[in-house]
Amino acid sequence: MKKIIAVVLVLSLLCLPTLSGCGSSSGSAGEVNVYNWGEYIDESLFELFEEQTGIKVNYQTYPNNESMYSTLKTGGASYDVIFPSDYMVSRLIQEDMLEKINFDNVPNFELVDDVFKSPDYDPTSEYSVPYTWGTVGLIYNSDMIDEEITSWSALFNPDYSGQILMFDNSRDAFGIALKYLGYSQNTTDENELNEAYELLESQKPILQAYVMDQIFSKLESGEAAIGPYYAGDYLTMKETNPALKFVIPDEGSNLFYDAMCIPKGAENKENAEKFINFMCSTEACIANMDVTGYASVNREAWEEYSADLSEEDKNVMYPSDEVIERCDVFINLPQEILDKYDEMWISLKSS
Amino acid sequence: MRTKFLAVPYVVWMAIFVVAPIILVVIYAFTTADGSFTLGNFSNMLDYLSVFGRSFYLAFISTVICILIGYPIAYILSKQGARFQRAVIMLFMLPMWMNFLLRTYSWMSILENTGLLNRFLNFIGLPSISIINTQAAVVIGMVYNFLPFMILPIYSVIVKIDRSLIEAAQDLGGNSVAVFRRVLFPLSLPGIISGITMVFVPAVSTFVISQLLGGGKQMLLGDLIEMQFLGSAYNPHLGSAIALVMMIVVTIFMYIINKFGDGEEQAVML
Repeated sequence: MKKIIAVVLVLSLLCLPTLSGCGSSSGSAGEVNVYNWGEYIDESLFELFEEQTGIKVNYQTYPNNESMYSTLKTGGASYDVIFPSDYMVSRLIQEDMLEKINFDNVPNFELVDDVFKSPDYDPTSEYSVPYTWGTVGLIYNSDMIDEEITSWSALFNPDYSGQILMFDNSRDAFGIALKYLGYSQNTTDENELNEAYELLESQKPILQAYVMDQIFSKLESGEAAIGPYYAGDYLTMKETNPALKFVIPDEGSNLFYDAMCIPKGAENKENAEKFINFMCSTEACIANMDVTGYASVNREAWEEYSADLSEEDKNVMYPSDEVIERCDVFINLPQEILDKYDEMWISLKSS
Repeated sequence: MRTKFLAVPYVVWMAIFVVAPIILVVIYAFTTADGSFTLGNFSNMLDYLSVFGRSFYLAFISTVICILIGYPIAYILSKQGARFQRAVIMLFMLPMWMNFLLRTYSWMSILENTGLLNRFLNFIGLPSISIINTQAAVVIGMVYNFLPFMILPIYSVIVKIDRSLIEAAQDLGGNSVAVFRRVLFPLSLPGIISGITMVFVPAVSTFVISQLLGGGKQMLLGDLIEMQFLGSAYNPHLGSAIALVMMIVVTIFMYIINKFGDGEEQAVML
């Protein structure tokens, strides 16, 4: 009997949060729960937003798309604005996890450059507002590598054995191998994927490490000579070590967009739209570019901001059309291909 | 009756934070994404035998090294003056108040090819050694992080051993080897056993250490489970199945280890 009472108690406790929800909005204009990548916004903008609208910003961060996805999926928390990347936007749309945005509440959407409207990941442009965009390229230390790097082949060159870093996530690592082999980064052809796997397997012995954010310290200190990473982060690294160079290889690379979306069932949808609208304003876009190093989709903001930039930084943040044409944007892959990615990735890393 | 009443908060706490999660893990492990029963998660796991093997192997090595280092330290310490003992115990505890991730990150900058250790070796005229991103670096990280959990239980058992037992053994003509082998060591066994539990279990499931010090090239069970929850395929069912198998293997392992304690003072199972 005691046990039954204990179980009932536990169950009722477990149900409590879902019953009461997180809807205890305080203040007159309420609040907005924002969930973003780490270090991917100028946080002083929140104060400005609160001043202008009276809406309180609750801010939390995630390290990658997948962990954001699993947070939403497990329903552990309720968010009003999220910042998924391109392929994740289409996955969320497919799985019916996003609200349609009411663009009447987002007049600043007009400021978004036309080339970024109705993107492949959200063809009808109903679910997302682009936030930033950028590329993946090769970052290398010109003190340690004499030649000028123009190809992904440098990552597979035994001359640099022990000096090479590689992405520690399957999609980016396979993306590079596929691009080097001349295939699409969105391929669903198993033979092409197997070829990419063999290439990565042959790379493992000459690799120093698989890394994500550790790449900052390893490239800055000269511990490693070369590795692929995001263009915006290169600008941060270069401030510490000016010998670092950035190149988008001739074979092409990955072009990514991060967008603002409203997850299904958001409790403060209108506030979320106001927040998205605010983040599209020229003022907010300039502040964000300064902090993150990623180019804004707001044309006016980019032109104003880039006026003070060096020619090189400009090219890193906003590559020419000719470079962009060589790049692929990730789309969401079918589940069986995602499973194949995971399986190959684990076997690569545990071999 | 009164005491039972006092236990209620504890029971509720255990039910929410220990029993309920384990039940969830079991349910996830035996179901597919659409909720139907399956054993597929377990048969899929055969592909990951090498990861299991490596995790248990590295955790085993680390535990053995922790005993070899930890036991003498605990023993020597127990023979010192009380103030000295307190100070040294404090020094062992101090780094543990720092974040685990931060401590492991510091080892990365110590062991790197251009790191502190190699700069020191070069400074005194010795050649560099290449240790980062190997299994050795992972073991160093584990030993460093978990050594206090070996020393403290052994130490706390040794200091409580009745001195008169040792004196009696000496009176009966035992030399120092015999006293150690037949009196001190058997009496300190419960400390060693709880030390093993407290080092082996976290070592076998760690994931940050292999990522930072192993260069992500030495995948361990913790990494594998993390990938199932945060990876691109998002498969918490497989992740739960792996976690469940790991829990069972560790439980069996601990059961066998506890048998060595002869049931004298059963070591704490964590």
